[in-house]
Amino acid sequence: MRADWSIYISFIGAGLVMLLPRNAKNLIRWTALLTGVAALTVALTGYLAYNSWIKTGNAGLWQVINLPWIPLLGSNYHLAVDGINYPLVVLNGFVCVTGILFSWNIEERVKEFFAFFLTLIAAVYGVFMAMDLFLLFVFYELAIIPKYFIIAIWGSTRKEYGAMKLVLYSFIGSALVFIGVLAAYFAAGGITFDILELSKYPIAGHIQVWVFPLIFVGFGVLAGMWPFHTWAPTGHVAAPTAASMLLAGVVMKLGAYGCLRAAMLLFPAGFEYWRWIIAWMAVIAIVYGAAVALVQKDFKFIIGYSSVSHMGFVILGLATLNVTGMSGAILQMFSHGVVASLLFAVVGRMIYDRTHTRQLDELGGLRKALPFAFWTFLIGGTASMGLPGFSGFVAEIQVLIGAFQMSPWLAAGAAISIAITAAYILLALHKVFFAEEEHVTGDGHGHGEVVGESRWNLPGITCPEVVASVILMALLVIVGLYPSIMLDMIKANVALFPGVAR
Amino acid sequence: MNYLTLFRALAPEVILLLAAFVALTFDLLLQHSHELQQRMRIAGVFAIVGLLGAIVLLIQQAPVTLLGGTLVVNQLTVIFKIVVVALTVLTVIISIEYPVGRHVGEYFATVLFGAIGMMLLVSAEELITVFVALELTSLSLYILTAFHKGALRSQEAAVKYFMFGAISSAFLLFGMSYLYGVTGSTNLREIAVAIQATGSTPLLVVALLFILVGFGFKVAVVPFHLWAPDAYEGAPTPVTAFIATGSKVASFFVLTKFVMLSFAGMPGSAFWKHLTPGWTMLLALMAVASMVLGNLAAIVQHNVKRMLAYSSIAHAGYIFVGLLAASVTGATSVFFYVIVYALTNLGAFGVVTALSERVGGDDLEHFDGMAKRAPFLSLLMLIFILSLAGVPPLGGFFGKFYLFMAAVERDSVNFGLLWLVIIGIAMSAVSLYYYLILLKHMYVHKARNEERLKTPVYLNLTLAAVAIAVIYLGLNPQPLLALLKNFVAQL
Amino acid sequence: MNWLATNHILTAITIAPLVGAVGVLCVRKEAAKFIALLASAVSLLLTLKVWLAFDSAQTLMFEERWSWIRALNVDYRLGVDGLSVTMVLLTAIITPLALLAHWKQEKDVKLFFFLFLLLQSGMFGVFTALNFLHWFIFWELGLIPMYFLIKIWGAEERTYASFKFFIYTLAGSVAMLVAFGCLYLATGTFDFLELRQLASTGKLAGLVGNLITGINTQTGLHLTGVGMMTVLFWGTFLGFAIKVPIWPFHTWLPDAHTQAPTGGSMVLAAILLKMGVYGFLRIILPLYAVQVAANLNVLMFLAFASIVFGAFAALAQTDFKRLVAYSSVNHMGYAMLGIFTVVAGAHNVADVMNEKAAALNGAMLQMFNHGISAAALFFMVGVIYERTHTRNLAEYGGLRKIMPIYAGILGISMFSSLGLPGLNGFVGEFLIFKGAFPIVAGWTIAATIGLVVTGVFLLGMMQKVCFGPLNLKWTDLPDMTAREIFIGAVLMLFMFGIGIYPAFLTRVSNDAVVGLIKTVTGVLP
Repeated sequence: MRADWSIYISFIGAGLVMLLPRNAKNLIRWTALLTGVAALTVALTGYLAYNSWIKTGNAGLWQVINLPWIPLLGSNYHLAVDGINYPLVVLNGFVCVTGILFSWNIEERVKEFFAFFLTLIAAVYGVFMAMDLFLLFVFYELAIIPKYFIIAIWGSTRKEYGAMKLVLYSFIGSALVFIGVLAAYFAAGGITFDILELSKYPIAGHIQVWVFPLIFVGFGVLAGMWPFHTWAPTGHVAAPTAASMLLAGVVMKLGAYGCLRAAMLLFPAGFEYWRWIIAWMAVIAIVYGAAVALVQKDFKFIIGYSSVSHMGFVILGLATLNVTGMSGAILQMFSHGVVASLLFAVVGRMIYDRTHTRQLDELGGLRKALPFAFWTFLIGGTASMGLPGFSGFVAEIQVLIGAFQMSPWLAAGAAISIAITAAYILLALHKVFFAEEEHVTGDGHGHGEVVGESRWNLPGITCPEVVASVILMALLVIVGLYPSIMLDMIKANVALFPGVAR
Repeated sequence: MNYLTLFRALAPEVILLLAAFVALTFDLLLQHSHELQQRMRIAGVFAIVGLLGAIVLLIQQAPVTLLGGTLVVNQLTVIFKIVVVALTVLTVIISIEYPVGRHVGEYFATVLFGAIGMMLLVSAEELITVFVALELTSLSLYILTAFHKGALRSQEAAVKYFMFGAISSAFLLFGMSYLYGVTGSTNLREIAVAIQATGSTPLLVVALLFILVGFGFKVAVVPFHLWAPDAYEGAPTPVTAFIATGSKVASFFVLTKFVMLSFAGMPGSAFWKHLTPGWTMLLALMAVASMVLGNLAAIVQHNVKRMLAYSSIAHAGYIFVGLLAASVTGATSVFFYVIVYALTNLGAFGVVTALSERVGGDDLEHFDGMAKRAPFLSLLMLIFILSLAGVPPLGGFFGKFYLFMAAVERDSVNFGLLWLVIIGIAMSAVSLYYYLILLKHMYVHKARNEERLKTPVYLNLTLAAVAIAVIYLGLNPQPLLALLKNFVAQL
Repeated sequence: MNWLATNHILTAITIAPLVGAVGVLCVRKEAAKFIALLASAVSLLLTLKVWLAFDSAQTLMFEERWSWIRALNVDYRLGVDGLSVTMVLLTAIITPLALLAHWKQEKDVKLFFFLFLLLQSGMFGVFTALNFLHWFIFWELGLIPMYFLIKIWGAEERTYASFKFFIYTLAGSVAMLVAFGCLYLATGTFDFLELRQLASTGKLAGLVGNLITGINTQTGLHLTGVGMMTVLFWGTFLGFAIKVPIWPFHTWLPDAHTQAPTGGSMVLAAILLKMGVYGFLRIILPLYAVQVAANLNVLMFLAFASIVFGAFAALAQTDFKRLVAYSSVNHMGYAMLGIFTVVAGAHNVADVMNEKAAALNGAMLQMFNHGISAAALFFMVGVIYERTHTRNLAEYGGLRKIMPIYAGILGISMFSSLGLPGLNGFVGEFLIFKGAFPIVAGWTIAATIGLVVTGVFLLGMMQKVCFGPLNLKWTDLPDMTAREIFIGAVLMLFMFGIGIYPAFLTRVSNDAVVGLIKTVTGVLP
């Protein structure tokens, strides 16, 4: 089946869910899940086919569909896939399926929740596949509104504020993109919105210099680019689990992907002009995000800020404009998508939904109460630290190498954050999962069972949670141990990116 | 010219007139024998039949220009007349359930008179006819505004609307007289030729200024917007819808004719760093003021109708941006936007009409938890509001995109009008805030009373049809856009 | 078993504990330890097979290689040579003993053995991997289990200690990672042996130079290729120096050791520290010989400082375990002394080359020996702590009377650590000093201060624990059990064995050592 069916299946799923009776909650859940799985299957089969095509030494776009849409504007309904967006498409599929599984316990307004969720998913699929600037913009904006409702209705902790902030930031970002898109369109003769056509048109340098930052920053806002990142922590914290997963896991990637596909591809001269500033801003984001995460009191804020830090790696990798760095950036998008989803699932679903608190000081000793959450967080956290064996490592090392090629100082700056990341993950791990065992004195030998009664009396981890966590963890390990499954196609296509250095 | 030609050209208007009289008469006959509700239905049906008949006639009309431009029938005017009639149909449909008082026949007749005025406005290319049509429209609307006879608000609104409207008519007439004095003609096309020949003269500038002030009142742009919020809030909601949509469509159409046809030859520029006096600069200033003030003021409103009033002021500002692009694309974008905007707004007011009557008010709080109480209408409202906010894939998005695109295209080398576009886009980001506030009340807040609201099926279906149109225009704007672009040359 | 014998045996050694780890999770609590022991016994058997089949004349044995991450030109490449095979053996021996030391484990049994096996797998991986990326996975794989071993089963200050351990090691690793990133950029490979080949032909500095000129033109970074090599050297050095640990990067070690459970301390001291030293042999010396030579005095001072300051610090301890921990800093200092000697002095005089070989062989021996003796000492600390629940030296005394076997084994371990002739420690230290003295006489003489102080604190420890008046609190302490004696006996076997027949190790490592010295001195001016 054509790859664009992922989009339609998700939309149809959203529609189906709307038609189901309000009280048939399980039916709604299963419908949503099947929709997600079907869309993922479509994406995955296509991915594997593309991968084997890459393996035979090919590279480049696979056209999905290209029909005239608004000929008056020169806008086509043009979708295509390549090694740059296919990993993200697949990521979206996985986050969708696991997000639905982690939302199994939502009881209030189930129908609307899954309808909004699937609409968002569909729009995200669309953004990743769109090869027409106008179409991309349409999908991009379409993705904004469902987020508002998902957060404002099913969220927690200042949800209405967080939702509004998120949406306004996104909208302002897309306003910048809008201006940039118009300028690009007319600067290139006002005939077409097709990204590939536009990229062939040499836009005058002085225009590129001011249009590029508009589009880059516009998309960068959503990617959590410092200093436009402030929506991210509040938005993530306010959002319900599935939405946090989706926000950090996929939506932030939309921004980074837009930076790559729209800003960098169309305005090489502008990019060259701003590259260093962007790279340094990324390094600031990396270190700043990590440092701020270190001092948070709210568990979810830690993950929220860590996303800012990790997305900094993506931006840095893109700014390097060499094959290694950019491949790293794209792999990092995938990797962070999975890691962030996993961590938000632990924090939001496994812990918060059971303990009703996320304050580090109030948690503690959960290792015994929720062993599965402990293991999941451990694996997610380890991957987040960029320890080898997980996908994050392969990504981050490539970004570092790429950054080194640009300037060793950049690499050194970014590398510092790895240690800080380890610190905040370990601190969180300690405060949430240990801490209370502290009063029990160990004997230095592990002899003598001296663990007191746990004050937690929590319901056990449910089956959907286990399945979803295992899927995500498996992804981390598979891509971590055998990165070629993704890296080959990424690298082959990044190498085709115009102006990219070896 | 013979009278038969004239009659053919005026047939749609005539049939509306007949329908108005029939409705009036029948209502008088039924006055004592039937319930108010039944009378509403019967009169409504007559009105709708008349309107549908008008549409049928409109579709068959052949292009003709009569009486030296007094009455122009061409594809473009036909399209707009159809739009006006369609909007009137919708207004009538949402009115049927609405308690307009005892004077049912008068109500529907006045609505139809208003529609006739709008249709004449659309087809007029001559100063006197424009004025007369405008007055016919306005007077009908003043009366309709006051139709809530018991409500003080309604009376106040009507008086205010009337006062402002009368003054603006005076301005307009004054401006027109100067224009005639300077150019020696009342025909818009002849005026254009004269202006091309003479260029800008002080008297012409005065004429321009007064005409713009007059139209500024009619389409409610800042600083001539003050009547709008009160009139919108005070008027019966279907009437508000009619004011906000039908009259706007007609006014914008004729304004476009004025600025793009008659004043096209006047100097002036709104380009950044090249601002020179002229109608484009005036429009630019009004556009900026409307976009900024309209959107900012809307944020603090507690009443949905008032909020929509300010939002429509802001939308008038957006439309001005397209207008002052003064190009084929610009005119196309204005027309497209006006149509989409009118449809969307009518849908929104339709939902407000349906709901506010059942919950006893139209403040934001009254809409709390509406998503649970009336899920279907809430969904439609979501679509309308998001379209107003310019969210894809809805018609409002594409309309706005195309407006701004037209403005950028005007000077695509130095991007002279980009500053307006930037303000417009920034302000539409602001607008999302208050639109979301309304949606938040509907979707996020808990209702005090969870009881389901029952709305008539025909109303739901009508509004759904409007919503589908809004979505369709967003997903596939090409047909309408191509149509408009083809016929813009007839301007 | 042909499959194993030919070319997958190293993978099997590494995988066996991993399989065991999974197995541990799948069985009942009571069976966990048996599974764990079985898994590490399998590794031990396979290691013995490797050890017996090892032919020191060959440069690389049991090599496995296949393409892994094509995009980064990374191969899965395993192999052992004389430098690593002893370390593999040490890992295979110590881990089962550490498991045995925890035979009576009660708290979180399954988790404990799971982590332990994970740790073992990591250590095997580090000593067999020949590609940085692959090696780095295992290098960091050791981190998490050790962190939890300290964090969950540690003593009072375990949270602080485990955190410090983790962050220190990781910070060092990151520096190393960036340095290797640069090398990869310059050379396009992560392979240790290929890098070594490039370095030995002198091409490495040139390639890095090319890279840095390319960067220079873009960023105005004022570094030459040579300068960059120095930066890279220090980056890599930091990674290993923290692990070894070399003064002043050692401060995590006393905390970690003191707080870790017995088995954790044993493995930490015996093997994890060796990973750092091994890094010097496998990476620093072959790749950065020029930089080591250029900074010889600084490095020598650091080695000297580790020896002397470590010894003095140990002298000042009142905590039994902390004392042993500082003795590790001290002993690793000797090994570093031997290693740094290689780049000093003349490079073409046969006698000098022989002395260098002696010093490096000594360092190799020292690594193994310290692995045995430190494991023994930490085990003995554990044995007594389990009985008394104190580590305060002042509270012991006279234990010889009630625990004669304990006193005996502790004495022998102590003397092994001290370097008493006839026991293993002596051979290593003797060779280091013998080799180093003619080449870097000043530093060697200075380092002998350390030898003296080492004697003082070790004997003092023995005296405080076993001699003097018996603390009456301990009158009815039981002596060592059979299991504990067995562990001690195995370790003592090696102490005596190597003491008497050091060629047991040197015959394996000598060829590799000589080869390494040739590579290193080949590029020196």
